[in-house]
Amino acid sequence: MSSASPTSADFGKDKSSFDSKAVWRTFWILLCITVFELIVAIVYYETHFFPKHILNGVFIIMTLAKAFFIVAEFMHLGHEIKNLIMTIAIPACLFIWFLIAFMWDGSSFHDLRMRYDKYQYEQSKTKVKPVEHKEEGKKPGVE
Amino acid sequence: MAQTVPVGQKWWSGGRSPFNVEYGKLMMWYFLMSDAFTFGAFLISYGTIRFSSSSWPNPNEVFKSFPFIGEMSVPLAFVSLMTFILIMSSVTMVMAVGAGQAQDRKAVMKWMFLTILGGLAFLGCQAWEWTHLHSEGAWWGRNPFMNIDGTQSTTNFTNFFFTITGFHGFHVFSGVIINTIMLIKTWRGDFQRTGHYLMIEKAGLYWHFVDLVWVFVFTCFYLL
Repeated sequence: MSSASPTSADFGKDKSSFDSKAVWRTFWILLCITVFELIVAIVYYETHFFPKHILNGVFIIMTLAKAFFIVAEFMHLGHEIKNLIMTIAIPACLFIWFLIAFMWDGSSFHDLRMRYDKYQYEQSKTKVKPVEHKEEGKKPGVE
Repeated sequence: MAQTVPVGQKWWSGGRSPFNVEYGKLMMWYFLMSDAFTFGAFLISYGTIRFSSSSWPNPNEVFKSFPFIGEMSVPLAFVSLMTFILIMSSVTMVMAVGAGQAQDRKAVMKWMFLTILGGLAFLGCQAWEWTHLHSEGAWWGRNPFMNIDGTQSTTNFTNFFFTITGFHGFHVFSGVIINTIMLIKTWRGDFQRTGHYLMIEKAGLYWHFVDLVWVFVFTCFYLL
């Protein structure tokens, strides 16, 4: 190793990059998004004002926004050099394909079941009686 | 946003880290990538099963309890508290990293202590939630909740819920252990002697990752 090799200490003295204002800004963004999600979820539960699948799209976009702020600001990835950002971001893009492939598979399972599995089909049409959940009910595992 | 690289700088000709971060920190990033794929696999299998089911229990019905208020129904209130605790402990962790860069040992100890406290509070909340669901009859292999459309549900819901929140909770637990070790090392002055607080930054990356996973678990189980 040449004497020019970087040591751990070279990376530990970077004082300029820390910005506590940006941290608090990120905190408020995350909190606001979460509170917004909760309000929408509870309003939907009370009123069913909106188709659920559109709402799910909103929730997923909100989640990705939160993930971006955590990774970019809290984990500081947004301030690293581009090569490092890309070694994380490009493999993460595999999730797009995973999600499409597996969700597609899942709905195909569902269609096949409903068409060929008579028992599953009947189960999906039969209502059951609601059960009361009591705090002091019989606990599983306790005979 | 990204660091600007001086024109003509040869990053790959040796003598410097081509990613401009310390080796251990880079490896922590790659470990977190692999962990992200583990959690991703769990959540995607959950999604696949959910897509293949004709109906699913309503999270607003299942997660509506709060400690010490009896039978009152407050959908999603408790889990919002848990989310708030975890985001807050992420903030204190960033503050610890900032204090480490300023070589301020006392401040690092204070912020690390608050982060550990946040982690323990989250684990306490999760323990209560699990105990409560268990007392309602939910556990691996047992699902007392019916589907949102009134049909009979399967045990897929509880199996996935307890497995994935359990795996996340175990990450929180190990994060608390790592943070405690870092607090002890700070208190002993180990980082003062080596001259940098990079270990705090690496523990911080792990801790933020736990928060990141919770964001996805929260959406998948409580909102969708």
